[in-house]
Amino acid sequence: MAAVGGEEVKLLGAWPSPFVMRPRIALNLKGVGYEFLEEVFGVKSELLLKSNPVYKKIPVLIHAGKPICESMIIVQYIDEVWAAKGSAILPADPYDRALHRFWAVYIDDKWFPSLSGISRAQTEEAKAEAVEQVFAGLKLLEEAFEKCSKGKGFFGGDTIGYLDIALGCYLGWLKVTEKMTGIKFLDEEKTPLLVGWGERFCADDAVKGVMPETNKLMEFFKVLQAKFKAASAK
Amino acid sequence: MAAAAEKGVVLLDFWVSPFGQRCRIALAEKGVEYEYKEENLSDKSPLLLKMNPVHKKIPVLIHHGKPICESLIIVQYIEEVWSHNPLLPSNPYERAKARFWADFVDKKVAECGTRLWKLKGEAQEEAKKDMIEILKLLEGELGDKKYFGGEKTFGFVDVALAPFTAWFYTYETCGKFSIENECPKLAAWAKRCKERKTVSESLHDPHKVYEYVGKLKKKYGVE
Repeated sequence: MAAVGGEEVKLLGAWPSPFVMRPRIALNLKGVGYEFLEEVFGVKSELLLKSNPVYKKIPVLIHAGKPICESMIIVQYIDEVWAAKGSAILPADPYDRALHRFWAVYIDDKWFPSLSGISRAQTEEAKAEAVEQVFAGLKLLEEAFEKCSKGKGFFGGDTIGYLDIALGCYLGWLKVTEKMTGIKFLDEEKTPLLVGWGERFCADDAVKGVMPETNKLMEFFKVLQAKFKAASAK
Repeated sequence: MAAAAEKGVVLLDFWVSPFGQRCRIALAEKGVEYEYKEENLSDKSPLLLKMNPVHKKIPVLIHHGKPICESLIIVQYIEEVWSHNPLLPSNPYERAKARFWADFVDKKVAECGTRLWKLKGEAQEEAKKDMIEILKLLEGELGDKKYFGGEKTFGFVDVALAPFTAWFYTYETCGKFSIENECPKLAAWAKRCKERKTVSESLHDPHKVYEYVGKLKKKYGVE
């Protein structure tokens, strides 16, 4: 599929990965067509190893034969290359950009690890601590939403922006964790703004087709867990 | 104190922090005047706690009273507000590459460096192997260029990595290896960085860094 100037856009990824979802949402926001090359779980393709020799991880965007790695770096690249198309992903103001970047790093470095820590917890105490951290993070993100959205529907304002993509990609996994633990993390009483945002995000045209169904993710997660248990038993 | 932070540019920092030094170098490259505030990390100021409540860490840049946290985010902010002498190239692919390698430095160098001075025996050997591999990858990206940013441009990746050159002596001494032997091009780049005023005025003597690490080792009971 051709994009600007007829250069091909390919994305190496896998459907369950929240990181892969990020560039897909960005490309959708820009109305840019691309070829999705699905990696087989547990087997890294030649193309992946060649395109991302440093980390050997998905997603990798390949534009006109050149690879771009790291999900949020890919999102920024998409925003810059197709600046004339669709809506801006990063805000225009440098301070607002810094805020979006700050919270995206927080989400990746602190918040999501505590969420995935829940299922990896070996003791009840460790699990309870991880749960508390997830809630504490959501409270911070609720405040950040109020500050960034300035009364509009997304962190990015009227349209999905950088921080929406950074956090929204984890909604599927958040729902899986809610189902598994019976804990309602996105609660109207605790974080009403985020609840509304979550619904709007998932319903958006740029997101709908790439957000995996919770049940499918649950099945995938069970397969993953079984594989890890088998691996650690050896 | 709070009133002073309302105007102009203030940097909350700690003398030996490579992350803080990135900001000092970027501000110097742009010729921006700012007020430097040294933090006592064992007794953090109310200003720091107010400006970075989430992480309570330095560096924090305060511009017109508003805080920006995380060193590479601060450097990008500086780049965008003071857009002369750009640190990032204009081509989006080259920009993505620069961000990738600066992020690589962030993910790999400090964590590995800490393992190198903090651990002993096999774990330290592994840290040494990892560090050599990390530096070789960076050297591969540098190639024969004068700087990561190119022949004339001291760029984003240079700013991200330069502060760690003051830690090379510590890494070499703890790990018992020579960066010059393992990565001669990177060692040459480190020398060129030191000759750059914005870098030499922001970094401390490698022996002072080694002394500081010595104190940390005592604090953590490493020996």
